[in-house]
Amino acid sequence: MTQMTFARAINSGLRKSLENDPKVILMGEDIGALGGVFRVTDGLQKDFGEHRVVDTPLAEAAIMGTAVGLAYRGYRPVVEIQFDGFIYPAFDQIVCQVAKLHYRTQGAVKMPITIRVPFGGGIGSPEHHSESPEAYFTHTSGLRVISVSNPQDAHTMIQQAIASDDPVLYFEPKRRYHDKGEVDESLDLSTALSMEKARVVTEGTDVTLVAYGPLVKTARDAAMAAADEGISVEVIDLRSLAPVDFTTVEASVRKTGRLVITHEAGQSGGLGAEVAASITERCFYHLETAPVRVTGFDIPYPYSKLEMHHLPGLDRILDGVDRALGRPNSLSGLEG
Amino acid sequence: MFTDELGKGGTNAGGPGNSAGPHGGAAQNLVQLITPEGERISHPEYDIWVQDVTDEQLCSLYEDMVAIRRIDTEATALQRQGELALWPPLLGQEASQIGSGRALREDDFVFSSYRENGVAYCRGVDLTDIVRVWRGNASSGWDPYTINMATPQIIIGAQTLHATGYAMGIQNDGADSVAVTYFGDGATSEGDVNEAMVFAASFQAPVVFFCQNNQWAISEPVRLQSHIQIADRAMGFGIPSMRVDGNDVLAVLAATRVALDRARHGGGPTFIEAVTYRMGPHTTADDPTRYRDANELEDWAAKDPIARVKALLDRKGLLSEDFEAHVQAKADAVAREMRAGCINMPEPEPLDIFKHVYSTPNSWLDRQQDHYSRYLASFGDPAEATSEEGAR
Ligand SMILES: Cc1ncc(C[n+]2csc(CCOP(=O)(O)OP(=O)(O)O)c2C)c(N)n1
Repeated sequence: MTQMTFARAINSGLRKSLENDPKVILMGEDIGALGGVFRVTDGLQKDFGEHRVVDTPLAEAAIMGTAVGLAYRGYRPVVEIQFDGFIYPAFDQIVCQVAKLHYRTQGAVKMPITIRVPFGGGIGSPEHHSESPEAYFTHTSGLRVISVSNPQDAHTMIQQAIASDDPVLYFEPKRRYHDKGEVDESLDLSTALSMEKARVVTEGTDVTLVAYGPLVKTARDAAMAAADEGISVEVIDLRSLAPVDFTTVEASVRKTGRLVITHEAGQSGGLGAEVAASITERCFYHLETAPVRVTGFDIPYPYSKLEMHHLPGLDRILDGVDRALGRPNSLSGLEG
Repeated sequence: MFTDELGKGGTNAGGPGNSAGPHGGAAQNLVQLITPEGERISHPEYDIWVQDVTDEQLCSLYEDMVAIRRIDTEATALQRQGELALWPPLLGQEASQIGSGRALREDDFVFSSYRENGVAYCRGVDLTDIVRVWRGNASSGWDPYTINMATPQIIIGAQTLHATGYAMGIQNDGADSVAVTYFGDGATSEGDVNEAMVFAASFQAPVVFFCQNNQWAISEPVRLQSHIQIADRAMGFGIPSMRVDGNDVLAVLAATRVALDRARHGGGPTFIEAVTYRMGPHTTADDPTRYRDANELEDWAAKDPIARVKALLDRKGLLSEDFEAHVQAKADAVAREMRAGCINMPEPEPLDIFKHVYSTPNSWLDRQQDHYSRYLASFGDPAEATSEEGAR
């Protein structure tokens, strides 16, 4: 076990993947000498050379499209999108090519591409630097989408993503990059929890609180605050956003009868809607009340002075828990 | 099948198309080795690249061009008969496709658009595979690795990036094969193609950009895409280019060999603009009479790529009755084979739609497949179902 930051944990996972498989190749803007704008790839070019850790020209569609060609040739590209808001130029290559080539070629061509996306807000950035675009990708079949919430997962799941023969969107909560945690670097990938599985972070009996990425920590803090009021909250870290491990969520909701889902992305058409609908279908008769969503608003990401109003914080999540429990809350008295 | 059959034209690092050479820079003349009248004219720089082409090989280039025109006509007929949903004809582009396709080596890898059936033919594609996609029976006609040619691309220009990435992989592997990408004049306006050229130049990737300028992008003329000659665009990216008569199979062969040779020897990417003409509609769903002048078609028909080689063969005394009968028989045979393959293609199974979305199980999809198969099963044996409503 070693104490390390989130960013360092990913770095160490990338290093192991580069060491273990000569076909792994990192690509992105500024990932070489600089080590990436968040220093996640720090030192890797120095140790593996500029053909394994490639500084690319500034062209997101090309980063993604050439990764497709490299995958055709048997490579396993790991591309870094510098910030969430810059993934859109590459969108076409991701949804039309990366996601579909395995299907289109009846399995002949594998696309083991990992797309690393620092995502989410809370760091006071200018526009295009704090977005949560995950729903675009969870809606695209052929892609796997995961998000990590702690250094240990960050370390193991990046290796699992790279080892996956399917393309994986790997969402890194950038406001947690400097958080420290215990990481067991010797953890065997085959025994580590699969990246497809959700994890029960805190057990509880009154309400199930589902979160992922940056909000897992906030959700855990909320659960602790709720415990002070005598409310027992079970926090689930989804880890995989596509597919969602509904088995784990379902088991929890059958126990608690209540569901709150939280994410930074806007509400409409977001992942919370999918979780609410699917859980309602699967365990309608176990629900005491309708699922509750505590999310970002359906607005462009706001300027940084106001971003904390947009991002679900501990108190907004607790307000959601109150709604699920039928306790007095900000919407009390409103029908529906 | 035909790969490298013609052998190499030899190496010549300082040859035509070098950015330093006379054909590397601004507005170039069209490289031509056979006139529209079928006269073999000499070219000081390109002749050496085809000097090994024997009479017999010239005859076989002609044979291939006739064969793919026949395939094209047959597929168009199949579409008109309701056997294919759609077909993108290559009529008029035979020289561009056979000339370049036959220059390739087996281990080169092609990333094309939807119109390059002639190139696929050179790669040795199974004839039934050509029509599989257009019949709607599969999402790809073939396994890319069996003929070293990717699944044809519908998204305009996307494949140029794939070729560039593949070429970067070749480079990493220390191999001397080449990635070749085909696209149209319209595609040169797309961001992907421009980004591909940036990457190819930056990394000096062994990739050949083969643009078939067939004058039209559906209804839009090439002048709407580019204010300068397409070949000249490459210069801005630091990529040497050639502008070649795309209706002249020898000129195309020579130019492609120049580009391949450069790529194999570490000289990086080359851009070829093959100036040709799409004589048919864009696809069988298109009506070119709405946007195209009949005179234009007439002008280009006079430059027909097949008539041109035929005239050359005639001048050389190679056009015997026997040979013509042989070519005709070959063309009829491939058309027959394709038609039979098309019509006898087995129907896909409903649950096939769920296959290969992922390479490993996916809980969301597995559940949907399970539910849908239960739904299908609820109709009982389809053979026993008496009405459209099945078991209901
Ligand atoms: C990204 C994208 N935009 C639009 C289309 C629709 N489309 C199909 S073919 C075509 C014209 C392409 O022209 P060109 O690149 O010159 O190639 P050609 O068909 O003439 O060979 C268009 C606009 C498409 N397939 N992909």
